[in-house]
Amino acid sequence: MHDASADLVPGLDPDLDLSRRLHPHWRTEDNLLALLAENARQHPDRVAMREYDHGIWQEYTWARYLQAVLEFAAGLEARGVGPGDVVLFVGDNRPALYFGMLGAIALRAIPSPAYPDQPPEGLAGQIRSESIRHAVAEDQEQVDKLFYIQQHYDCHFDLILYDDPRGLKDQGSLCACQAVTAQGAARLAAEPGLREQLLGRSSVHDIAALLHSSGTTGAPKGIPLRHGHILYGVRNAAAAGYFIEGEEHMAYLPIAWVGDFIFSVGAAIALRFVVNLPESRETVRRDLRQIAPTLYFCSPRTWSDMLTRIQVGIDESTPFKRALYRHFMPFAIGLERRRLEGHSPTWRERIWRQVGEWLVQGPIKDHFGLARVQRPYTAGEAIGEEVFLFFRALGLDLRQFYGQTENCALAAAQPSGSVALHTVGEPFPGVEMRIDDQGEILMRGDNVFDGYYRNPQATAEVLHDGWLHTGDAGYFQEDGQLVVLGRVSEVVHTGQGERFIPTYIENRLQFSHYIQDACILGQGREHLAAIVCIDFRAVGHWAQEHGVPYSSYAELAQQARVVELIAGVVAQTNRVLPEKLAIRRFVNLHKAFDADDGEVTRTRKLRRKVIDDKYRPIIEALYSDQARVEYEAAIVYETGDTGVLRRDLALVTVPAGK
Amino acid sequence: MVIAATVDQADIVLSCTQISRWFGGLQAMKDVSFDIRRGQILGLVGPNGSGKTTTVNAITGFFPPQQGEIRFGGLRLNDLKPHQVAQQGIARTFQNVALFKGISVLDNILLGRHNFMNPTVIGAMLYWWRAQKEEIANRNKVEAIIDLLQLENVRDEPVDVIPLGTQKRVELARALAAEPTFLILDEPMAGMNQEEKEYMVRFILDAQEALGLTILLIEHHMDVVTAICDHLVVLNNGEKICEGLPREVIANPDVVAAYIGKVEVGHA
Repeated sequence: MHDASADLVPGLDPDLDLSRRLHPHWRTEDNLLALLAENARQHPDRVAMREYDHGIWQEYTWARYLQAVLEFAAGLEARGVGPGDVVLFVGDNRPALYFGMLGAIALRAIPSPAYPDQPPEGLAGQIRSESIRHAVAEDQEQVDKLFYIQQHYDCHFDLILYDDPRGLKDQGSLCACQAVTAQGAARLAAEPGLREQLLGRSSVHDIAALLHSSGTTGAPKGIPLRHGHILYGVRNAAAAGYFIEGEEHMAYLPIAWVGDFIFSVGAAIALRFVVNLPESRETVRRDLRQIAPTLYFCSPRTWSDMLTRIQVGIDESTPFKRALYRHFMPFAIGLERRRLEGHSPTWRERIWRQVGEWLVQGPIKDHFGLARVQRPYTAGEAIGEEVFLFFRALGLDLRQFYGQTENCALAAAQPSGSVALHTVGEPFPGVEMRIDDQGEILMRGDNVFDGYYRNPQATAEVLHDGWLHTGDAGYFQEDGQLVVLGRVSEVVHTGQGERFIPTYIENRLQFSHYIQDACILGQGREHLAAIVCIDFRAVGHWAQEHGVPYSSYAELAQQARVVELIAGVVAQTNRVLPEKLAIRRFVNLHKAFDADDGEVTRTRKLRRKVIDDKYRPIIEALYSDQARVEYEAAIVYETGDTGVLRRDLALVTVPAGK
Repeated sequence: MVIAATVDQADIVLSCTQISRWFGGLQAMKDVSFDIRRGQILGLVGPNGSGKTTTVNAITGFFPPQQGEIRFGGLRLNDLKPHQVAQQGIARTFQNVALFKGISVLDNILLGRHNFMNPTVIGAMLYWWRAQKEEIANRNKVEAIIDLLQLENVRDEPVDVIPLGTQKRVELARALAAEPTFLILDEPMAGMNQEEKEYMVRFILDAQEALGLTILLIEHHMDVVTAICDHLVVLNNGEKICEGLPREVIANPDVVAAYIGKVEVGHA
């Protein structure tokens, strides 16, 4: 039998049998490695990956890709990595990290990617709970972090590999990726049959990636996704036309995030994408333009960011271009709004829209690298109406996705014809979905995982008879479109017993590009209040235009006219909220929420408990009748010293009434 | 110990012997002598107008000394023109950023390789294989330097729009593009904040290690000088007043006096 090798390694993965029982229809040889080998055989010279390096797009063909993966696998094996070992991958999107992950998968080891900006404490938790002893790090910064963790957190590494040799030398457990792949290449040359043998080890039931929940609630949990989950998820989406073969894709989102593994590894191998890796995190915008992807995914926040950049750019442009933009964009937005309401445009409108495409929309799309995008998506949270309509009016068929790490992030999406602002579309073929009595969204399918990594208790909480309890509250419309309201656990009540979901209101506030983050308070209180973090760039630009002087974020946030500006946004938001859920008081915070300070997760979801504790004095003051509050902010300098900064913050009461 | 002395002599990259320079009636340098050894970072410090930049200009051939001798390896530099000095493997940066405005960072750095370019009119016009090959080879070298100094994200920006700290780094990159063995940095950290300074120090040390450079560093920031220099030479009013290890030099009362004026010591 093909799977005989698994039996040679007792205790490889206790859930392997479970997986075989749960998914009897999965074919063992239907796995990522086999598909990669197939690509290399059928399309050896087709480009599989590009990296911007030394000022040139360096290309990897499928044949070279496979060779790199096999060299990595052979090298890792020689250094003691074996089946069932969890291997940490930390860094930005670099070819070596992708090849390394697949190399580990070929050995039936389990890649466990981590966010490059994750602080040592969180990373140490992941390393300990998964008994990680092998790591592949991008550069000196990450290697330093691993050494720090080894020193301070009772972890031990047998092997730390690095990709970028700047500032690093091999010693002890530290070793260059290049040395390992060279060793692997030598093994492949010396041992005939090793190549086929490495390609034949994987099974569809193996864990292809150990990803992690974003940690909105408590410690991150390991989410093992098997080859089968990923491939079925990808094929479901492809069957509904959300991906096509040979997409140009830019891999710029963190490798630890489920979407990147699904897009840049799973779908890329199953559907032969060209994966383009930007030069660095700072050059993503420039590289996007050079790549001009056909498939483009980014969070609502990034779309909103791009809109701000377009608007700022137009404001600084020549009067003629401004005039063109101010005529054609509102026209196209109005047209799109009516189209979403079900009215089709007249032929006259169509012609004028086309003229706009030539003069305004086309050049803008080209400038931002969106000229070739056929399948633009967004997911993760609600998108603002202004942003959504703008990009649709720009001629992009922007659609919303819905999914979690637990279901490969591929659960539902909007079909091209039925796009709406408040829905997330319909379930993919192959995904069953229903709403239970509490209004929670449940789903089942081959893309849904089999349980958390070594955490049967957490598994029992979310998986019942194969149905995944997503924890999201939602409902199906009559036309079959799913509406997601928010987290079931997030539903809270005011002192008067009024039910609300803070995120829902926060998103409404953030639809204004002046507000970067907001935290809605009000649980058990008589009314709602908000902590607002202004968007430094957008408000800064506004301040320049309106002659408001400032030197720092803190100062800008407290300028009387800026406070007034935000009060206006809050009042406007109040207009669409029920009277009892109106935001009565708010404060402009002296800093933006930051993942390094623990106020938001890496995916920028609020950590309410941290915010509650940290800003307790401000919150209490918001619910008193004070007009100002003095807040002592603890800060940590780069040297590790701590200090206290005193901030005087204005508390604003928003007038009642619509 | 004749042998040891010879080895020592061979180790000296640049030696200035009793060099003097006048501008009209002003004597900017009076009998300045010092040696720089291979792989050393020598710091040249002193108050404003003490003759630091004059020394650099003397070495690089802009204003050759009227007395004394400057030797680089075995070669006498006194009679060479600036471009001939550059061909010996000596590169410099300027106190005031001297980049070519209006062209990109990449092109500015590429210009640093003019010594290695050998264009013919027709070849360049038609971009024939020779010109093409040359361009690619030069670009490769430049990209390695961009990588070393982490200038990737400004590669295609016009130099005028990037921050001053980064412009200084571009200047360093351009100097490195000439593949020097001896590098002269004239106040590379002037006008920088603490963070930019720390970055610059890192880049200078990285470059020195990666390319095996000998460096003459003119710098005002004493923390930087003491942190990275192996040897210090202090000038005041065109004269060398002291030289030695950084810690010893900055404790020298003459140096303190030159920088902050005379202090009466011993009268409690």
